[in-house]
Amino acid sequence: MDQTLLTTLIVNGSAVTRRVPARQHLSDFLRDELGLTGSHTACEHGACGACTVRVDGAIVRGCLMLAVQANGRRVDTIEGLSDSGELADLQAAFHRRNALQCGFCTPGMLMAAQDLVTTRPEATREEIREHLSGNLCRCTGYQAIVDAIDDVLAQRRGAKT
Amino acid sequence: MKAASFSYVKPAALNEVFDLLARHGDRARVLAGGQSLLASLNLRLSAPELLIDITGVPGLAGITVSGGTVRIGALTTHRQIERSPEVARHLPLLAQAVRHVAHVAIRNVGTFGGSVALADPAAEYPACAVALDAILVLAGRGAERRVRAREFFRGLYDTALQPGELVIAGEFPVSGEAYRSAFLELARRRGDYAIVGIAAHARLAAGRISDARLAFLGAASKPVLALRAAALLEGRPLDAQAIAAAQATLEDDLELPADLYSSRATKLQLARVLLGRALGALNG
Ligand SMILES: Cc1cc2nc3c(=O)[nH]c(=O)nc-3n(C[C@H](O)[C@H](O)[C@H](O)COP(=O)(O)OP(=O)(O)OC[C@H]3O[C@@H](n4cnc5c(N)ncnc54)[C@H](O)[C@@H]3O)c2cc1C
Ligand code: FES
Ligand code: FES
Repeated sequence: MDQTLLTTLIVNGSAVTRRVPARQHLSDFLRDELGLTGSHTACEHGACGACTVRVDGAIVRGCLMLAVQANGRRVDTIEGLSDSGELADLQAAFHRRNALQCGFCTPGMLMAAQDLVTTRPEATREEIREHLSGNLCRCTGYQAIVDAIDDVLAQRRGAKT
Repeated sequence: MKAASFSYVKPAALNEVFDLLARHGDRARVLAGGQSLLASLNLRLSAPELLIDITGVPGLAGITVSGGTVRIGALTTHRQIERSPEVARHLPLLAQAVRHVAHVAIRNVGTFGGSVALADPAAEYPACAVALDAILVLAGRGAERRVRAREFFRGLYDTALQPGELVIAGEFPVSGEAYRSAFLELARRRGDYAIVGIAAHARLAAGRISDARLAFLGAASKPVLALRAAALLEGRPLDAQAIAAAQATLEDDLELPADLYSSRATKLQLARVLLGRALGALNG
């Protein structure tokens, strides 16, 4: 029998409390328990970034964190960031630049991209690539994704001046 | 894949961790950032019965400088090291190295102590600790001991840690004024573990190099100092001749076991190229 632990998370702004099996990782909890299937799981060993979510404001691999480890912490997913409008310009730029095909990697890409544009507004193309190095895309390739993020960085810088 | 079933506990004091380790022995594993451990559990490479999450133990995170020593607590994340002004100022080698550790989302969670305890032969911190002659602070029930990094790393994923012991911190001597550092590695993709890398640290005065510590990662089952190359360079001007001579001795200094992707010959070539670049960077 799996040990379960009473766990409370603030997911996209709302508190949720559940009994969680110790071995369940955060991505499975979000997807299977809460129905938040926007963040994906593929490799489940840290290699692809499809599972990227934010915990206490920092991007992490949902597959490499147990749900119980996130007890008491704030978890933000692609659904939350999308609904709040935080990603609107990135989403528009991805669309405009054809920065996705099947879309499997896209939620993780957007989470990493949003982290970059907020923490490194002056990032060069090289630095964009570096920041996205943990996110793999099997269809589009990276050129269009880098273009889209580069556009948003320029827009946001322009909007400030 | 999914991890096999295990129990989870998050003690709030170091003593509780030691008690749990004593009680459960090798059926328990310590969980820090989980960035290596949870990956290996998901792959079912191991199946402990109990995970002891040590991130609730106070006093194990943070970077402090005192009396010529930079102390890095075991639970300090890669990200904290990357952003630390103290590390940038006093340990430029480590500041350069941390950028090569995995990717942002992993650096946000993975810890210094976890990397040191894991002792992957291609990891960055162990090579830096060996180059800088750092001390690792270990603790078990009722006893603390200090072990030089040069003795701590014993082989493939093998360290001086005894059952029931934890890495508590690393203590690095502040890099001296006349010293320069260069950390370089070659990886198949950015953020991957290195194929080969070098943590180079040396004194440069009046154009001459001395006290060179040339620690290689990915070149053996543990980080290794290229001692012959360093001896050959001692006191010499760092010119093309000296660099070529040091490169030529690497063959005797390094084991360079072939792996799935690279033969010994390839690794030797890469190590020579990196040594040349690192010495060039020290001189620059
Ligand atoms: C895709 C990917 C790429 C990576 N690339 C790199 C890389 O390029 N370079 C690199 O160095 N690392 C890399 N890593 C590993 C990462 O740096 C880990 O964070 C680190 O190796 C382990 O730290 P952790 O805190 O996550 O430890 P955990 O995963 O929690 O633990 C690792 C091991 O150490 C033990 N342990 C943890 N803390 C202690 C302690 N204080 N005392 C005693 N034992 C302890 C655990 O029991 C376990 O056996 C990568 C990981 C992934 C998933
Ligand atoms: S599913 Fe988490 S990194 Fe691939
Ligand atoms: S769009 Fe298909 S994986 Fe990236």
